[in-house]
Amino acid sequence: MSNVLKIKKGVEQGVNELLKFLLESEKVKGIFTLRKMNENGAVSYSLITHPKELKNAVPLFPLMPVNAGKILSGFTLKKAINEPIAAVLRSCELRAFIELIKRTQGSLENFLLISSTCGGVYPLKSLTDGTFKEQVSQYWESAKNAEIASDIRPTCAACEYFIPQQADMTIAIVGKNDLQQECSIFLNTKKGEEFTIGAPGNIVSEEIDTKETTKLREKRQDQKKKLFDEFEKNGFGIKALVKTFAACLSCHGCSKACPICYCTLCDFDSKTHEYLPSSHEIELEQKGGIRIPPGTIFFHIGRMIHMAVSCVNCGMCSDVCPVNIPVSTIFSKVGDSLQKLFDYLPGKDIEEPVPSGTYKEEEFTEIGE
Amino acid sequence: MKQDFKPNIVGFLCNWCSYAGADLAGSSKLEIKPYLSVIRVMCSSRVNSNLVLNAFLWGADGVLIAGCHPGDCHYEKGNYYVRRRFALLKKILETLDLEPDRLQLSWISASEGKRYAEVVNKFAEDITRLGPSAFHTNPNI
Ligand code: SF4
Ligand code: SF4
Ligand code: FES
Repeated sequence: MSNVLKIKKGVEQGVNELLKFLLESEKVKGIFTLRKMNENGAVSYSLITHPKELKNAVPLFPLMPVNAGKILSGFTLKKAINEPIAAVLRSCELRAFIELIKRTQGSLENFLLISSTCGGVYPLKSLTDGTFKEQVSQYWESAKNAEIASDIRPTCAACEYFIPQQADMTIAIVGKNDLQQECSIFLNTKKGEEFTIGAPGNIVSEEIDTKETTKLREKRQDQKKKLFDEFEKNGFGIKALVKTFAACLSCHGCSKACPICYCTLCDFDSKTHEYLPSSHEIELEQKGGIRIPPGTIFFHIGRMIHMAVSCVNCGMCSDVCPVNIPVSTIFSKVGDSLQKLFDYLPGKDIEEPVPSGTYKEEEFTEIGE
Repeated sequence: MKQDFKPNIVGFLCNWCSYAGADLAGSSKLEIKPYLSVIRVMCSSRVNSNLVLNAFLWGADGVLIAGCHPGDCHYEKGNYYVRRRFALLKKILETLDLEPDRLQLSWISASEGKRYAEVVNKFAEDITRLGPSAFHTNPNI
């Protein structure tokens, strides 16, 4: 059981009220949240320090223009922030932030982390193809009923980690029948409790895991299996991989959007992987023909080697791919098998080292013998 | 064509043990299949997975990494790191069904000349059986 702050307002309004309280009472110096940019549904992350700027804040808006973990890492890469900021972000964004911190790419210090049980987000393309408005109308209904909202990112529909693990506060959405009347904010940590002293609303005691969240988790697990099965239908092996990435432009947009890919200069954009005329010659001699741009499959396998063990299934990569390659499905699939191998869940525990940067003496003892 | 297929195998050998093991195998005049191109590294942990990928891309049909037995690494823990790295890469190749058997890691000490010859010959046989790797023969990669 945890303490829950109940605000007698619809969930979106209730959260805004809390954010306003945090800022006005000067418990935090700033709020990091999504903000509406226009009437068509475009949103972007913003850092807000003046309460009047909160009027366009839409902390729970079901779009992810960028994985927020990447931004928070950028804020704190050189130095931790020195004044408290409340950051509202989704479970996979928080997990990405924690993965980045483990890779020495940021700091949690002075953040008040506010997250929510997540109903998923829509593909960004739904904004440009005009389908967003219609889709979003049934979003809250689905969340309320612990259903998978149709048309959300495929990876969201298959995500079982929708209850955030590391947040100071969690806004309950999934399976909440009274969403429109009441806003329930779980206070998970001492910090969460302290920051809400004096906040509007009353405190009750409740369990975040309910029959409804279990129901959604089961549905999402089923969906995950379906997604992987679908993918496996194409078969594996080099031929299948070539087919999957046949349309790849080598734009590397997927890695730029990926929160875990933090390198300023990606190895695959560097001189190491530069194709010189001599490289073309060698390849031509071997194969009698080459694909241009070259090195596509290697880029993807290389990226898997570097980051798939930390993949948080946020779906940014698929979302930005200009040629609709299901990048995140492939990375989730590979990530899943690596995470099982090392018994590791990205973003779960900030103290647990990233598997690729550590070892145990007594493991894999059959290898090498 | 498989009969006269001569595989190209890249062997990354740790200077302190496997490379010396190879030397011993040679000076003991053991019979070793001539398909291994040896690259000497200062520790098996010098071999990052991109080096392995590059070897495949530029013509290797198989890649062998050989280093000191666990506990014997000249730098104490290099081979523990490479063992993890190897397990990770192998798992990716397995998951995508990319012929994981083309990659091998073996511990061979400086005194194991015989083991060196055995490992190399066995691996060469396995790779010969697998035939040329698609990584450097498929023009669509
Ligand atoms: S690989 Fe794709 S799904 Fe995984 S963390 Fe990166 S952007 Fe998100
Ligand atoms: S975003 Fe799509 S096209 Fe661009 S490199 Fe990634 S998979 Fe290829
Ligand atoms: S020195 Fe031989 S494996 Fe490290």
